[in-house]
Amino acid sequence: MSMDCLVVDDSGVVRKVARRILEKHGFSVREAADGALALQAVEQAMPRLVLLDRNMPVMDGIEFLKNLRARYGSSEPTVVMCTTEAAQERILEGLEAGADEYVMKPFDEAILVDKLTMVGVLQA
Amino acid sequence: MSNATFQFIAGIVKQRSGGVLGPDQAYMLDTRLAPLLKRENLASLDALALKLRGPASDKLAQEVAELLTTNESHFFRDGKPFDHLKELLPALHKARAPGLPIRIWSAACSTGQEAYSIAILIADAQDLDPSMKARRFEIIGTDLTRAVLDRAKEGIFTQFEVQRGLPVRALMKHFKQIEGRWQASERLRGFTRFEQANLLQDVARFGRFDVVFCRNVLIYFDLPTKARVLNGIAAQMAPDGALYLGAAETALGITDRVEPLLGQRAVYRPVAARMARSA
Repeated sequence: MSMDCLVVDDSGVVRKVARRILEKHGFSVREAADGALALQAVEQAMPRLVLLDRNMPVMDGIEFLKNLRARYGSSEPTVVMCTTEAAQERILEGLEAGADEYVMKPFDEAILVDKLTMVGVLQA
Repeated sequence: MSNATFQFIAGIVKQRSGGVLGPDQAYMLDTRLAPLLKRENLASLDALALKLRGPASDKLAQEVAELLTTNESHFFRDGKPFDHLKELLPALHKARAPGLPIRIWSAACSTGQEAYSIAILIADAQDLDPSMKARRFEIIGTDLTRAVLDRAKEGIFTQFEVQRGLPVRALMKHFKQIEGRWQASERLRGFTRFEQANLLQDVARFGRFDVVFCRNVLIYFDLPTKARVLNGIAAQMAPDGALYLGAAETALGITDRVEPLLGQRAVYRPVAARMARSA
């Protein structure tokens, strides 16, 4: 059974790159271009993993994350933030909002797989 | 590049770092030595070989050996040895007399990711068990290459490097961001010391070790050299110490001075430990 991953990013290029990597590792991928659309996608079905950008129109990643955790608790889904925002205080903000891991863009397959292994979504 | 040039340069690497360059790695000479050729104003690798055969070429030969010695490193590489060490640290702390330091060797430490991964485990173990704070921990990182040691001493890593193997919470706890790069905390750096050393030469000067990481190093050596390195390490280990080799490496059939720890992959202990226990 493939694992469901929701890729949330306003860049179609990033979503495409993430999809390619994730599908290669057995995920079925859904996409959302902002936080509001991502919340709708979660309402339809709870994904195993959310790969989450920070800066997006309509609803940004932090607001989505706060909403997600407030509605569904902190245990699921696993959320990996994937963003260009690499300042220490920004990362801490993401963790406080409920992110499990953090990938700084630009990323590659090795880094993403490494991070997904750290959070136990992929096996070592 | 002529075959004679390849053999000659591979010989320099073998002699100085113990590393074995196979014919399929000939491309490495082109890619890694290109900047050196440019700097030395040499037209080809054959011209470099000619210069290396000439007088006063010792420094250049050392540089060539360093450039062709593989440095690949990321935090908590392979995971399992660190899981094992996490359990071992409190046990060693209990087994050692107060005041006796616990000493860990990161052999072929490259830019220090392994040494700092160990330092993170120590710091976290101390936070869990404050009695471990009174204990002195020493991590000695050694490498053949000066340039990587300078980087290891600074403990500064790029954005890309800290993403390889390092959980973000460990990054937040143990590193400080400086102009887009990340420096290991003073606490982590306080555990570490980095020195240039050749595994094939005198490493006895570093003293006795409780734990040795010598991972993904042996793969570059031929069989007699592997045995020499392993025997040298075994001679310096505490009887109840642990030696971690790379996941794809083994000491079996190479030396009887260390033996695998039952149920563990690539974890070894000195053989004298078993003999001492059964006596």
